[in-house]
Amino acid sequence: MSELQVKSLFASGHTACAGCGQSIAARLVINAAGSNTIIANNTGCLEVFTTKYPESAWRVPWVHSLFENAAAVASGIEAALIFQGKKDKISVIAQAGDGGTADIGMQALSGIWERKHDVLAICYDNEAYENTGIQRSGLTPYGASTTTSPSGAQSFGNPKLKKPMPEIANAHGIAYVATASVGFPQDLQRKVKKALSIKGPKYLQIHVPCPLGWGYPSSLTYQIAKLAVGTGLYPLIEYENGMLIGVRKISSKSVEEYLKPQRRFRHIINNPDELAKIQEIANNNIKKYNLVAEGN
Amino acid sequence: MKEFLEGSQAIAKVVSLCRPGVISAYPITPQTHIVEGLAQLVADGKLDSQFINVESEHSAASLVLGGSATGVRVYTATSAQGLFLMAEVLFNIAGMRLPVVLTCANRAMSAPISIWNDQQDSVSLRDSGLIQFYAENNQEAVDLHLIAYRLAEDKDVMLPAMVCIDGYILTHGIETVDMPTQEEVDKFLPRYQPPYNLDVDHPLTLGFLADPDYYMETRFAIQETYKEIVKFMPQLFEQFSSAFGRSYNFVEKYHLEDADKVIVAMGSVCGTIKDVVDELRKKGKRVGLLKIMVLRPFPNQQICNALKGISRIAVLDRALSLGSIAPLASEIKASFFGKKKAPKIISSFIAGLGGRDITKDSIKEIFRQLNQKEITGNFIDLKPELLQAPLETTLGNRSF
Repeated sequence: MSELQVKSLFASGHTACAGCGQSIAARLVINAAGSNTIIANNTGCLEVFTTKYPESAWRVPWVHSLFENAAAVASGIEAALIFQGKKDKISVIAQAGDGGTADIGMQALSGIWERKHDVLAICYDNEAYENTGIQRSGLTPYGASTTTSPSGAQSFGNPKLKKPMPEIANAHGIAYVATASVGFPQDLQRKVKKALSIKGPKYLQIHVPCPLGWGYPSSLTYQIAKLAVGTGLYPLIEYENGMLIGVRKISSKSVEEYLKPQRRFRHIINNPDELAKIQEIANNNIKKYNLVAEGN
Repeated sequence: MKEFLEGSQAIAKVVSLCRPGVISAYPITPQTHIVEGLAQLVADGKLDSQFINVESEHSAASLVLGGSATGVRVYTATSAQGLFLMAEVLFNIAGMRLPVVLTCANRAMSAPISIWNDQQDSVSLRDSGLIQFYAENNQEAVDLHLIAYRLAEDKDVMLPAMVCIDGYILTHGIETVDMPTQEEVDKFLPRYQPPYNLDVDHPLTLGFLADPDYYMETRFAIQETYKEIVKFMPQLFEQFSSAFGRSYNFVEKYHLEDADKVIVAMGSVCGTIKDVVDELRKKGKRVGLLKIMVLRPFPNQQICNALKGISRIAVLDRALSLGSIAPLASEIKASFFGKKKAPKIISSFIAGLGGRDITKDSIKEIFRQLNQKEITGNFIDLKPELLQAPLETTLGNRSF
């Protein structure tokens, strides 16, 4: 049966912004994971727009505690399920935004990876603290103007590169690490299913464009997501036990095509030096992961 | 069965008799022996439990939150800085109405760093929603854990509970303890039946966002629960007494009947105070002790009733509220405000911070200072020679 024919485990009617990439990804994730899933969710956009009392978008058991502890809460759920003898039938997901994953939630996440809990950690990467008003996070890309890394006379926006979360995850020796994009829904759902078929800790980082925070028309979410992948700025990669087992091949579009529709990169577009730096980030990814399909 | 045990080992044993399915903790002195004891019981196959070593107290508290939300009885323990790292999670656990039970091995708060005992850590969390018990000795430490689980998991309570044990004095003190049997504990504390939990067959959302239309009622509901606890706790103490033969209450009255000078205190220092009361009574002094066993809910009524008609009260705090009256003294004073039979004098004394011994002489000094003049926050056993300059000169002649 197609997804449209079955009842979604993520109900409509939540309060996400129009064109929110994260809400689409969250629906794809839980519908791929299925009803025998328990979710622990960090504080962030997803938590706020899906569970404003007295309504909840979740048709699976779901718990939100704090900003930084979904991973630890999930490991407690897993431990309790083992104690109850139910773990074999139930999947546990710990999900967070990029700040909740790469910044404030990093320690708890490292903890569950090191302890080898059977938990799928998902990072919905919208590349800033969007819920609190578009502040910079450890996964904000180079050059992006945010409210705490604004562009200005002496600033080209965020001066740091994205924290290499997949590499950090791999360094823990975990079973499965992948990136996905809301622009490639089937690939995303395949990765969720694959991750959940593997016992042990798993990490899936999903690129989810944010029309409000990135400053593009809400109708362009899919195109923006696809361009991030297509330019090489957001490589879709997949590791099993630390070995790279797959990459999504691209035709290598110019980064300008991706940056241009976004207000957060407006100051970059007419600055050849900065534009070149971002193109170099894409080029490095292309080289590192051999992203360009032969013949292109 | 009577056993000669270190306090921490006794607590580990009674906690194991409570059969927690998930245990998580992070090392901090002087709490460590408790979880070491539990780890060994699990390692020896004597306790069926998921014992998880985590990377911080924040995660220890979060992990037991997750276990409790999944419907399993859980346990953690900590001290001082660890309790404060847990603090964010503990407020959260209370707000989510989960019956987590933890032990606080009381220790002073840094800075300066001190691994020694006072009660600043747990007392500072008095507004967190945790039910708080204080033990005088290791027998009470054992018994209060049984009471804590029963109370926390009651479907009309569903709040976290913390048993506070003075670090080193009790955690590392070896005493004879009457350890209940597994059968007795199972009877008093049946298997936890969660009224709500994360269950794939009955999906539930826990930890909602509450806007101004809803938040306040959740806090009001906890406050109302505390009022209910005060009402039905006597029955729980009664049930405990029939099951185990030891009687407890919110407060313990020690020679209050004809007393004109009474110290109010919490924790292990009460043992020392009892000795001093016995000595002074032999000399004809009408002195007594009111021991507070439950800090939350604060038993105002029981305290007022117990101290009714007594003219002079000394409240002994092993914690401070820097910039104000010491916490316990403040609450005792508030309890009597506007009451007709309030004591004439409620003096406040601070002692035993950062592990300084509270000796019998310290207690005698408090009784000596408890005279016609009300005292606010006198430090007992302070060493003036360690202060850089006399207080009068550093503060009195300064202008901004």
